[in-house]
Amino acid sequence: MFPWLSVLIALPAVGAFGVTLLPKGADELAKRFALAVSTLVAVLTVVMAFQFKTGGARFQFTESYWWIKAFGVHWAVGADGVALVLILLSVILVPLVVLASWNDAERSGGASENPPKRSVKIYFALILALEAMMIGVFASTDVFMFYVFFEAMLIPVYFIIGSYGGPQRSYAAVKFLLYSLAGGLLMLVAVIWLYPLSARPVAAGGLGHPSFLFSELTHLQIEPTTAKWLFMGFFIAFAIKAPLVPFHTWLPDAAGQAPAGAAVLIVGVLDKVGTYGMLRFCLELFPGAARWATPLVLTLSVIGIVYGAILAIGQVDLKRLIAYTSISHFGFITLGIFAMTSQAQAGATLYMVNHGFSTGALFIVAGFMISRRGSARIDAYGGVQKVAPLLAGTFLIAGLSGLSLPGLSSFVSEFLVLVGTFSRYRVPAVIATVGMILAAIYILWMYQRTMNGPTAPAVSAMKDLSRREVVAVVPIIAIIVALGFFPKPILDVINPSVKQTLSRVHQVDPKPTVADQLIKTGARP
Amino acid sequence: MTGSAVLNTVAIGDIQAPHLEYGQLGPMLLVFGVAVLGVLVEALVGRGWRQFIQVPLTFAGLAGAFVWILVLGVKDKPLHVAAEGAVGVDAPTLFLQGTILVLALVSLLLIADRQNGAFTPQASALPGSDAEREGIASGTVQSELYPLMLFAVGGMMLFTAANDLLTMFVALEVMSLPLYIMCGLARRRRLLSQEAAVKYFLLGAFSSAFFLYGTALLYGYAGSVRLSDIATATGNNAGSEPLLLAGIALLSVGLLFKLGAVPFQAWKPDVYQGAPTPVTALMASCTLVAAVGATLRVFYVALENMSWDWRPMMWGVAILTMLVGAIIAITQTDLKRMLAYSSIAHAGFLLTGVIATSQAGLSGTLFYLAAYGFTTIGAFAVITMVRDAGGEAGHLSRWAGLGKRSPVVAGVFAFFLLAFAGIPLTSGFTGKFAVFKAAIDGGATPLVVVGVISSAIAAFFYLRVIVVMFFSEPAADGPAVVTTIPTAAAVALGATVTVVLGVLPQPMLDVAGQAASHLFVR
Repeated sequence: MFPWLSVLIALPAVGAFGVTLLPKGADELAKRFALAVSTLVAVLTVVMAFQFKTGGARFQFTESYWWIKAFGVHWAVGADGVALVLILLSVILVPLVVLASWNDAERSGGASENPPKRSVKIYFALILALEAMMIGVFASTDVFMFYVFFEAMLIPVYFIIGSYGGPQRSYAAVKFLLYSLAGGLLMLVAVIWLYPLSARPVAAGGLGHPSFLFSELTHLQIEPTTAKWLFMGFFIAFAIKAPLVPFHTWLPDAAGQAPAGAAVLIVGVLDKVGTYGMLRFCLELFPGAARWATPLVLTLSVIGIVYGAILAIGQVDLKRLIAYTSISHFGFITLGIFAMTSQAQAGATLYMVNHGFSTGALFIVAGFMISRRGSARIDAYGGVQKVAPLLAGTFLIAGLSGLSLPGLSSFVSEFLVLVGTFSRYRVPAVIATVGMILAAIYILWMYQRTMNGPTAPAVSAMKDLSRREVVAVVPIIAIIVALGFFPKPILDVINPSVKQTLSRVHQVDPKPTVADQLIKTGARP
Repeated sequence: MTGSAVLNTVAIGDIQAPHLEYGQLGPMLLVFGVAVLGVLVEALVGRGWRQFIQVPLTFAGLAGAFVWILVLGVKDKPLHVAAEGAVGVDAPTLFLQGTILVLALVSLLLIADRQNGAFTPQASALPGSDAEREGIASGTVQSELYPLMLFAVGGMMLFTAANDLLTMFVALEVMSLPLYIMCGLARRRRLLSQEAAVKYFLLGAFSSAFFLYGTALLYGYAGSVRLSDIATATGNNAGSEPLLLAGIALLSVGLLFKLGAVPFQAWKPDVYQGAPTPVTALMASCTLVAAVGATLRVFYVALENMSWDWRPMMWGVAILTMLVGAIIAITQTDLKRMLAYSSIAHAGFLLTGVIATSQAGLSGTLFYLAAYGFTTIGAFAVITMVRDAGGEAGHLSRWAGLGKRSPVVAGVFAFFLLAFAGIPLTSGFTGKFAVFKAAIDGGATPLVVVGVISSAIAAFFYLRVIVVMFFSEPAADGPAVVTTIPTAAAVALGATVTVVLGVLPQPMLDVAGQAASHLFVR
């Protein structure tokens, strides 16, 4: 069988290396090369995705070889429905990001008036390296390998923020890396702890041999107390990554300072690794501990939804505003994951994809605006709609998806999460609904301040989207609309995996009450 | 337990020549022999020729000894105590000795690289003075460095192999005395260099005294200085406990000093900073390997029955070492000092492997030593390359914007720093995983938690250097990067090993695992 996933990981990695080898002045070549590699990866992934059998084995395209035998570590890859859609999200976003940040690398400078020229090829090499690691992290079915990608991924992002970001870039980069590293190291303790646990004899609840394979680790019998510690080790790392309130403060800085293209990947894909990890590892490896932690996680999620939204309303910086809306949205995702009903988890997974696209589009268009105006402050704009209608239009659609307008993709997922949560936890679901109202405020108010009203003098010469920019953003808008009307293909891929997760956690969907029935029939006209 | 070789009082006349296993002692004898040869070269060969003879000679001696060790290792016959029980040539010893030799070879690249001007031609000459110019013109170079280095390396090899405390003490002195001298030979900042030498000498002498005192007390307890006899005595619970405990404490002081464990770490930053950087590289890699090797042997063999008594103490030392090393490093502004504190923190990580006292602990520690040694030499080699008018640009602020001026050198240095921080896909991560795995396996989870916390703290100052190099604007009169072939080769070797042990560590882990499979001989 063709080693799809290994090839998909290797291709951008080799591409990244190739870009660094290009001669010094060949900026244009580096961009085209990066675009070609990332497009090829996207095409291959789509081809692979069509071979995914929705009724087949849970993990498909699996490969497994010994990597570090002394530690019981495999190079093991495979994709279930959840991993597949997240890989798709990553590989579709990367070429668009490359296209959107075509001129960002040389322009972005820093605090000084005449920022020195930055290496263009290194920027695109880092993006490609990041792509390889993003695919790797979702495709790993070995916990050790997952950890390796989870940590190694931080390094390219650190350099992208630190070298190509805004005026506060070095502060933001260090904060980002220290937060993530601290969480990752706690997870490392938990990962190492799995080694002696799995090496125990079968009679004592172990496997008889050290292993980090996900498929084997799910058979471990872990004492409840140990499981709680391990759960916390993994969970805090993922909560920092996702980010869940109170671990969220790095995100606005990182996303606000990163170049817009990298912000798409940070918020759109990297943060999904956190929620993906919760769904995959926290829930399935430590089901008992996950049930034990549910009340806490639900509380934090609901706080995150409301708090993130309120903070978003108060932001004066475009990119920071989008980052705070994401914190609110991540609250929905974790709420859906830990509500532990099939609707909520399917909704949460779909939300990860939709949020990736809609926030990605917001960041990309915001990046276009910032590169024209030279400022990220909301009050630096006004009346853009009149001078750049295409730009304003795409911004509006992306924003409306962010506030979950029916007919756009986020609506389906947010609705599924709320319905699924309501059937088991009423109060959190009701409070979370407030987040939808606040979303309307922050999105529409931002749109109103930047796009409507009298055209600000500094904006009057603003050009509308160029052809390159249209090509970068239209596919995302198309996906947002398409998934809004027809999410079924994605849900069909996701659902079997979610069912499996829930059966691992020993949760069955609560019997629908009359009220739920009404809601459901209301949902399906 | 072998019962042979008990110390007897012997009457004059029936002294027999001791039975020596020359084959197993060969590597050490070769290194010492070449060192003696080097002294002869110093005495008999004209000034101009010395350097050209000493470098190949030293290289040949170290490489020959390494090949010999490979042969011993591959022959795979059961190795055991040699030289009437004074030396234990077993698999862990061979691994440690091999590591010392390879690391010494890489350090030799730096020491022999005369273009970097790290060493003074004459200890009394000031840099830039007439006396120095005269010295250079007359061809005076400190070619006695090479025999000194060989003696030190030989001492390190013996230190890891010593199977009784007296031999260990002799080895300790043999390895330390040349290092004291080598520390004082820096060309630039002579005062710092001489201060380092004197400080190292005085504190080293103190710690040797502690070691010797501990040896005496343990002899009083067990009636023998052999590690296996001490183990037997502790097993039988014979002798007076105060002697034993005081002996362990004093002996540990001596060993932990060489390791640079807190609270015996004070010498490390000063000495690392003051010594010529090639010598610092040698100390940071080879001396650390030797010190950990001897510590392993003492705690795994002689004191294995006493682990209930020494474990709490070592827990405390390990925790302090990791935390203090990481926290104080944050405030450092000199790169060499910073790496010294980082070395202290790493000594703490190594101690977690020592505390595990298991096969996994031993193999993890062995792997860690090899991985860390290469990364360290590479990092110091980069430091020798970055120079401004006054020699090496040691101050952190001078490195601002190096990533723009020489991206490759800065990139490699950043890579070494990431390896120190234990980022996956570097050897530092694999090593950390190996020792922490052994520690958790041995039930020392809290120790590992402290370990990862101090890793996170340590990451902060490694990142700070990267921030300075890559995210700051270069200064107008920044330092220049001087690339010479030997130094570049050392950097390349260090980087290659750091990558390979991070990405494909299995072969090396196998070697370390095999070396540790039978633990130490008695």
